[in-house]
Parts: sequence; structure tokens; C-alpha cells
Amino acid sequence: MSALSAELWPYFLLIVAGYLPNEIWRALGLVLGRGLDEESELVLLARAVATAIIAGVVAKLILFSSGALANVPLSIRLGAAGCGFVAFLLVKRSVFAGVLAGEAALLAGGFLFAP
Amino acid sequence: MSDLTVFASPSAAFGNGVKSALLSVFSIVLAGTYLGLGALAHDFGFTAWWFALSTVLVWAAPAQVILLSSLGAGATVVQAAVAVTLSAIRLLPMLVALLPLLRRKGTRFRDLLLPTHFTAISMWVESLRLLPGIAPEFRIPFCNGLGAGYMGTALVFGFLGYYLAAGLPPLLAATLLFLTPMSFLMSTARNARMLIDRAAFGLGLIVGPLLAWYEVELDLMWTGVIGGALGYGVHRLRGALA
Repeated sequence: MSALSAELWPYFLLIVAGYLPNEIWRALGLVLGRGLDEESELVLLARAVATAIIAGVVAKLILFSSGALANVPLSIRLGAAGCGFVAFLLVKRSVFAGVLAGEAALLAGGFLFAP
Repeated sequence: MSDLTVFASPSAAFGNGVKSALLSVFSIVLAGTYLGLGALAHDFGFTAWWFALSTVLVWAAPAQVILLSSLGAGATVVQAAVAVTLSAIRLLPMLVALLPLLRRKGTRFRDLLLPTHFTAISMWVESLRLLPGIAPEFRIPFCNGLGAGYMGTALVFGFLGYYLAAGLPPLLAATLLFLTPMSFLMSTARNARMLIDRAAFGLGLIVGPLLAWYEVELDLMWTGVIGGALGYGVHRLRGALA
């Protein structure tokens, strides 16, 4: 392998393993979605599917955490998420208040109860 | 229709989109997330410019985590590509739901290309919330402004995280990683005003971890299909009973 191709190899990986496999779903969405009406049933269904996937992502990130978050006990992660959601509901469905309360609870829980 | 927001020009709409992005809670969340991702890129030995380019081209934090950790841990190109593409399936229904809000009679195909690339959970959630209140002719530039504001934030904090990588205390690193699920949880719940969305959201929270626990393959895709279809069923059932 020449020096030039060794330098370009990571960028080739980025395109082939990162950009293309990710972008293909945006491209398919563009092709399928651009002819549809805002009120159509298919659009409603697509939004429900996307919403369910995002909810699944959220639950997985909290329950099966990776990296540094995995070192915080599950009960603290769940408790903090609960605190955040209650704050969100109490403060006029404010995302900011919810995120702040959840983060504060995680920090406090991790600080006080972590092994 | 006079209560829809109108801007002086498309560039004013773009500028307002950037402003909305920077003032929203997502700019804080993206800042925290990309601080963490930049540090991860550093630890796996990627260059800062490679990481910045991955933010511009991939523009999806979950896919970038997978790309960094799989390539960094020595996975093959095919393994990394498969893992990335499985994480990206959600983008398809997201675009199908978003594009009808952007498109109107006479919208050119190429005008939809940039908003399509900018589509990610943060931009999608904010677009679905804000676009209905904006006059249709200004929605595309506004949306591009949102995307540019979010991507700019991610780039700046990605670089910052890359160069600060060494000394993040573990609990602080955990707090940064907790930002993503917290913000997605609350912002999606806020946007779920119709019964169909609330049902899909609740079902996804339950079905997602169950499928992951039983190690079902393509768990998130099935979460979408099951949660979305049941949510839609609830919606049709109520429509039929009403």
C-alpha cells in the first residue's frame, strides 16, 4: 500500500462503512415520502413507526447503557429518568426542565450511592 | 391562514432556523453528546478532521458511536457497515413523515436534498413541532437553518471534546451520555399529542427493551413495526368507534 492510499484509507472507510449505509435510508425516505400528502394515512403510520423506534432507542440507552453510563447502577439510571419525566410533566411539559432534573438526579444518585 | 409565521426573505427564514436551533434544548444536548463523541474519537485514534467529516457526512450520533467503536475495535468494513445501516433504518419513516410538511406545489427535487441530509432525531422533532406554524414557502430554508445550527454546534463541541479528551471524570462522562436518552424521551413525549403517537411511544418504550432482552435480531426495526402498527390500530379503532 502506498503512503497516499494509507492516508486516504480511513476516509474510504468513513464513506463505505459510515456515510453510504446511513444515507441510503434518507435517500429511500426521500423517494418514498416526497409524493405523499400531509394528511395521508401512510404518513401517519410512518410517524408512528418512527416514534416507536425512537422510544425503543431511549429505553435501550437507559436500560442497556454502554460506556461510562454503564458504571452507574441501573436503579439510579431508572430513578433519574423517572425524576426527569415527572419534572417535565410538572413544569408545563418543558423539555429543558425535564432534562435538567434527570441529569441532576443522575449526578446526585451517582455521587451519593455509587459503589 | 394568516396566523402562520412569514419571513421577509428565505435568508431571514434560514437565520431564524439557526436561531431556533441555538436557543433550543437540543443545542445543549448536542454539545454534550459531541463532547463525548469527540473524546471517543480521540481515544480510538481517529484524527480530529476525520471525526469532523464523519459528523458532516453521517450526521447521526448513534451511527457515529457505532462507526467509531466498531472500526476502533478492529471490526471489518462489512461488519461496521451492517451495524451502521441497522441503526439508520429509523431515518426512512422519519423522512416519510417530514417531507409532506416541506413540500408544496412546484417544490424542486434538489431543494429537498439538503433538508433530507440534515434529518436526524433532533432536527426532526423540532421540525414537526415548529413547521406547522410557518408559512409553507419558508419551511425549507427554516429547516435548513435548524439543521445548520445543530450541525455547527455538533462540530464545535466535537473538536472541543477531541482536544479535552484526556481528563473527563467518569461520572461527568456518564452525565453527558445520559443527555441523549433524556432529551429524546421528553421531546418525543412533548410532540406526541395525538393518540396514535402516544400509543406508539408507550409501546416502543416497552417493546424495544423486551426485544433487546431476548436478543431478537433487528430489534429496533421490529419495535418500529410492532409499536407503529399497534398504535395505528388503536387510532383506526377509535376512528371506527367514534
